[in-house]
Amino acid sequence: MSQAELTRPASVLWTFGLLRNELRTTLRRWRTLALLGVLAAVPVLVGVAVKIETGDGGSVGGGGGEGPAFISQITNNGLFLVFTALAATLPFFLPMAIGVVAGDAIAGEANAGTLRYLLVAPAGRTRLLLTKYATTMAFCLLATLVVAVSALTVGALLFPLGDLTTISGTQISFTEGLGRALLIALIVAASLTGVAALGLFVSTLTNSGIAAMATTVGLLITIQILDQIPQLDALQPYFFSHYWLSFADLMRDPIYWDDLVKNLGLQALYAGVFGSAAWARFTAKDITA
Amino acid sequence: MAPYESDDSTTADETDDLRAGRRKAARYVVPVVVVGVAAATIGLVPAIADSGDPDLPEISAQQLIEKIAESDVQQLSGTVRISTDLGLPDLGGLESSLASGAMESGDGSSADPSAKLTELVSGTHTLRVAADGPDRQKLSLLENAAEYSLIHNGKDVWGYDSASNEVFHGTAEESAEQQKEVPATPKDLTEEALKSVDDTTSVTVDGTAQVAGRDAYRLLIKPKQSGTTVGAITVAVDAKTGMPLKFTLTPSSGGAAVVDAGFTQVSFAKPAASTFEFTPPKGAKVTEEGEVAPEEEHTHEPAKPEGEPQVIGEGWNSVAVLDTGGEGIPSGSEVGGDLGGFMDSLGDKVKGRFGEGTVFKTRLVNALITDDGKVYVGAVTKDALVKAANAG
Repeated sequence: MSQAELTRPASVLWTFGLLRNELRTTLRRWRTLALLGVLAAVPVLVGVAVKIETGDGGSVGGGGGEGPAFISQITNNGLFLVFTALAATLPFFLPMAIGVVAGDAIAGEANAGTLRYLLVAPAGRTRLLLTKYATTMAFCLLATLVVAVSALTVGALLFPLGDLTTISGTQISFTEGLGRALLIALIVAASLTGVAALGLFVSTLTNSGIAAMATTVGLLITIQILDQIPQLDALQPYFFSHYWLSFADLMRDPIYWDDLVKNLGLQALYAGVFGSAAWARFTAKDITA
Repeated sequence: MAPYESDDSTTADETDDLRAGRRKAARYVVPVVVVGVAAATIGLVPAIADSGDPDLPEISAQQLIEKIAESDVQQLSGTVRISTDLGLPDLGGLESSLASGAMESGDGSSADPSAKLTELVSGTHTLRVAADGPDRQKLSLLENAAEYSLIHNGKDVWGYDSASNEVFHGTAEESAEQQKEVPATPKDLTEEALKSVDDTTSVTVDGTAQVAGRDAYRLLIKPKQSGTTVGAITVAVDAKTGMPLKFTLTPSSGGAAVVDAGFTQVSFAKPAASTFEFTPPKGAKVTEEGEVAPEEEHTHEPAKPEGEPQVIGEGWNSVAVLDTGGEGIPSGSEVGGDLGGFMDSLGDKVKGRFGEGTVFKTRLVNALITDDGKVYVGAVTKDALVKAANAG
């Protein structure tokens, strides 16, 4: 790309124009807004439920450590709602939203008959695919931030804020806690790049947007189920969802990086494999719609 | 158009199609190469990292044991991975159901160290340890999105279970015993193993190894006697500090190690002071040690057998004998039904001069419970237990 930047500045601008258009189209769709609305509602539900349950001074989950991670700490510090909300949405809601957007990326255009018009423009298929992937990743980040910001708002409204105790028992300041929350949101967004690449690849296989979305979400559920079967423990470290909840390791003191690094490496591997497979498929495909 | 011409052009088209098809198929080489490179990296990098045991000056087994004894590591922090495979089903679920049962009846805290550290008996766990002198230590058990920390700072001992946000507080004098109950670090385990070194044991230095990026000697402890279930104990001892870094116990029956505990990362620098500071978080339920009456605390334990256990045999083959004075375990046929079948499947029926009994087996420790209520326990084989029972 660097050579292209030097020799053809106009086309680089054009790429950004394409990306801007794509982002605008994606974010203006009603279904995208509905997905983001659902994601923003999850922290509200969790926060209100915890508030009601602990209204009489009781503790959540009977103190046995049940329920999503960090839920028992929410009443003491609203910031924990961010972590609980991300832990609650990461296994299903977030990747499902990504699956819908990624699955729709190519197949949706083909379905609506607009793909060939996109290709008439002198962008080339590779650049169009990269733009679509960039749009999907931007949506990953946006969706995660929507959950985090909504959770922080609800947490601040319903519960006290202040210095927080890490799960290792040490104390950190509220500012550092906010920093860690942001880092966690970024890690969660990065955790979704693998499923985004998978969705994009599926999207290049078919001309039906619905089929691509359903396949991606179906694969997601299948992998989540397989990840629960103890007999498959030799394969499980290679499932894209296996290390998702490792983001909680950022709340240890000192931070435990092993699983976080494994997670990021695995996401990079999925992005590499399915991204290049999508490229191989999309650049070689006959575009008929 | 003449028919011949049209024929020719079709052939040319087909060749073009074929070539284009091949070119298209060639693109799929890229994802395949990515998978291949990833597989090679995953497979080869640990192999390369493992190869080449460090060159260290020769040392005798006696010198190495002295080195361990002299080792005076006051400050360290690191990560320990411990896997235990006694051949028992995973106790994790059972433990937590017992713990929640205890919670409901209101006697006990999930942050109580004695309850929590028993979990280490089965499965694989990651621990973090930090120490700064004899007064400040911290042991954390890393769980999914939660952590259990045991912090000793001066005269205070804190247990904090982040999953349930519960705190256990005790003082150092009262808890000193409790802390020693479960040896978790390679050092604790090595000290236990070296206690049993006598003339029934062969101790040799078995080359060198790299553990957690440090050069280490491997100390091999092997029972000379037959009849014990302990195959060998390997301890990797840090060449510089004499600190045991890895402890592996393999059973004589072969297969995977029964206990494998080792540092995956270690540093001998002074840990940050904040590591050992603990104030119970707001809203956490704090249980003070002693609040729970001892009678209540031990309701889950079976009644204590009367009299001190008697030890027969020596070295690795020693067998502890307890006289419960009870009826022993009812056999399957007596209990009858499904439960009876279950009881029988747990143990093997044996007969001998002592009468009849049932042998319960794990990969390391076996126990013989005779029908007249005597219990023989040891890290020995079934035959050795029967022999001990016949002699006793």
